[in-house]
Amino acid sequence: MLAVTDPATSQSPRGVAEPAASRGRKRRTTGQLTAWAFLLPLVVYLLACYAYPLYRNLDLSLRDYTVRSFVQGDAPFVGLSNYRTIIADPTFLPALLHTGVFTLGSLVFQFSIGLAMAVFFHQHFRLSATLRALLLTPWLLPLIVSSSTWSWMLDSEAGVVNAALSAVGIGPVHWLTAPGWSLASVTIANIWIGVPFNLVLLYSGLQGIPSQIYEAAAIDGAGGWVRFRHLTFPLLRQVSAITLLLGLVYTLKVFDIIWIMTRGGPANASTTFATWSYQLGFGSMLPRFGPGAAVGNLLIVAALAVGLGYIRSRSRWGDV
Amino acid sequence: MVGVALVAAAVAAGAVACSSPERNATGAYTIWDPYPQFDTGSDWAGLLARCGTAAGVTVTRTAFDTTDLTSKVLLAAQQRNPPDVLILDNPVVSTLAEAGVLATTATTHLDTTAIAPNLLAAGERGGQTYGVPIGANTLALYYNEAVLAEAGVQPASIRDWASLTAALAKVKASGAKGITFSAIGTEEGSFQFLPWFWGAGGQLTALDSEAGVAALSLWTDWLARGYAPNSVINNTQTTSWQEFASGRYAFAENGTWQLANAKKTGFRYGVIAIPGRTGGGAPAPTGGEFVTIPVQRNTERYTTAAKLASCLTSPDNLLATDTTLSYIAPTADVQAQQVSANAELAVWVDAVKAARGRTADNLGTSYPKISEQMWKAVQSALSGSRSPQAALSTAQSAAAVATR
Repeated sequence: MLAVTDPATSQSPRGVAEPAASRGRKRRTTGQLTAWAFLLPLVVYLLACYAYPLYRNLDLSLRDYTVRSFVQGDAPFVGLSNYRTIIADPTFLPALLHTGVFTLGSLVFQFSIGLAMAVFFHQHFRLSATLRALLLTPWLLPLIVSSSTWSWMLDSEAGVVNAALSAVGIGPVHWLTAPGWSLASVTIANIWIGVPFNLVLLYSGLQGIPSQIYEAAAIDGAGGWVRFRHLTFPLLRQVSAITLLLGLVYTLKVFDIIWIMTRGGPANASTTFATWSYQLGFGSMLPRFGPGAAVGNLLIVAALAVGLGYIRSRSRWGDV
Repeated sequence: MVGVALVAAAVAAGAVACSSPERNATGAYTIWDPYPQFDTGSDWAGLLARCGTAAGVTVTRTAFDTTDLTSKVLLAAQQRNPPDVLILDNPVVSTLAEAGVLATTATTHLDTTAIAPNLLAAGERGGQTYGVPIGANTLALYYNEAVLAEAGVQPASIRDWASLTAALAKVKASGAKGITFSAIGTEEGSFQFLPWFWGAGGQLTALDSEAGVAALSLWTDWLARGYAPNSVINNTQTTSWQEFASGRYAFAENGTWQLANAKKTGFRYGVIAIPGRTGGGAPAPTGGEFVTIPVQRNTERYTTAAKLASCLTSPDNLLATDTTLSYIAPTADVQAQQVSANAELAVWVDAVKAARGRTADNLGTSYPKISEQMWKAVQSALSGSRSPQAALSTAQSAAAVATR
């Protein structure tokens, strides 16, 4: 719109060019104002919904909040003291380890199962569309429903899983109440929930690979595994990377599943940074907002670091 | 930014409302309660409206989920816009008193003379009282008559830990399941462990005492011998109740609030007090809410707020309210009326008389820190990762650091 000039003004003699130019400038500023006006809702939205909460969370983590100073609004600035508190806390190392195991375990299995299913469904057999739609169910169910169901299935006493195990002569496993099992149980539930997400993204990635490449490979005598290993896998690299990145950001902050199934227990055996942060801030009658916010910020930093790593590696690969 | 503007506007509006003199005596008074189960047509809402009319004001009521209420009140107090009357879970009273949110009963002239001292204790801190209990509930042992009869156990024979454990052994031998409780890693787990801890003579300031270890060993032993299911480690009081309601368990440790559900189970049940280690009833922790008056800039509002609070805790209204909530009244007179109306409540009245406030003994805001270490120790021992002694020693040193 700005580039359009009035033919009448452009043909007018030099003497009248002056007001025309100023009119153009005025039009340009009006245009800029319009542009800013269009931008304003987005800027307000970003500030109100992203920048301000982030700033508040950072501020919370740098101050010594007690219930009293929270109400009076005079919490003293304590620098990194809350971060030192959480790092010295006996829960820190186990929570770090659990977050790592939970995230990596979830990603590896979600991705490999999702990829296997995507390749499987890519063969377009009968009913494949129906089956694929059914497999999406875990992704559609509200988390509170799926985690409560898992929690019921894995119950030591009345759970259907232990009933099935005892039918084949295996003694009961304390899925949610044994320190050695609870983290594995919540990870399994999270894998189940995450597989459809990986399936959908990888399946759409597969559809983007031209079928001629496979035909050419088949003529050259490449078998199924060679085609997967040397064609499918490398050509899916971009889609795989974004799938894993989104999966990681999502898995790092998984809270509902763990909280509903085990409350991070027994005695911290399945506590991750996400549940620990909630536990500190809201889990007891005496909120500890400062350390809770500090743990939350560590999660944000971790997700940010991986995101930046992704952007760097993508620029190294170049756009395929 | 929009949020900030709205908050600023709300605070400004609040300030204007407080400074306009004609709204002091009359006008709208706000009451917040943790009873979202009661809608606008309920007896409870009707009572609030009647108390408002009697005090010559209109009452605006907002109901919150219990867990939600504390943070909502903290935020409202931060914005200098708290409700006039606040009904609050008893262990939170000392936290909010510590935050400077609640006015003392000395300031607001609320009468607490008729209230049982053990119930009032949860609202006391540093020699001051911060509210009036509206009712109390506590824990006892429900039993399934048929299961006990099958096992040949007389409920009356259970007087101490040894006789209870012997009864559980008989129940297990008869093929039924023993006892279910809640040992989840939240405040609920501590709440359920306390009758055993206190029943052995334990003090919250020394978690790893011989008494504490004895109580935790009792539970650990029950799990090891199969008298209690492993699922207790993850049980809330609700899921524990569901186990009992299946009809396969002899005993369940649960609260007054399950009485209505107990009638729906379809089997005959009874209730006994939780036994102490060597006999007698163990002190159970008190549950239930306090009526409190938050600090206002305009102290003239206290007069009407106190009228509303007194109305809610007057004997007639207490009887009605506590019957609706399935609570035991906090005064001896009303307790007697409750028992004469329903003899089944006698055991609960005794349990409430023996009960203790979790934040009492001036523990106040130290209690949540101690409680957190206690439930972790219970979970460690029951899941077999630590011995009761080792788990409680760790808990005690962590609690000592946290409350220093």
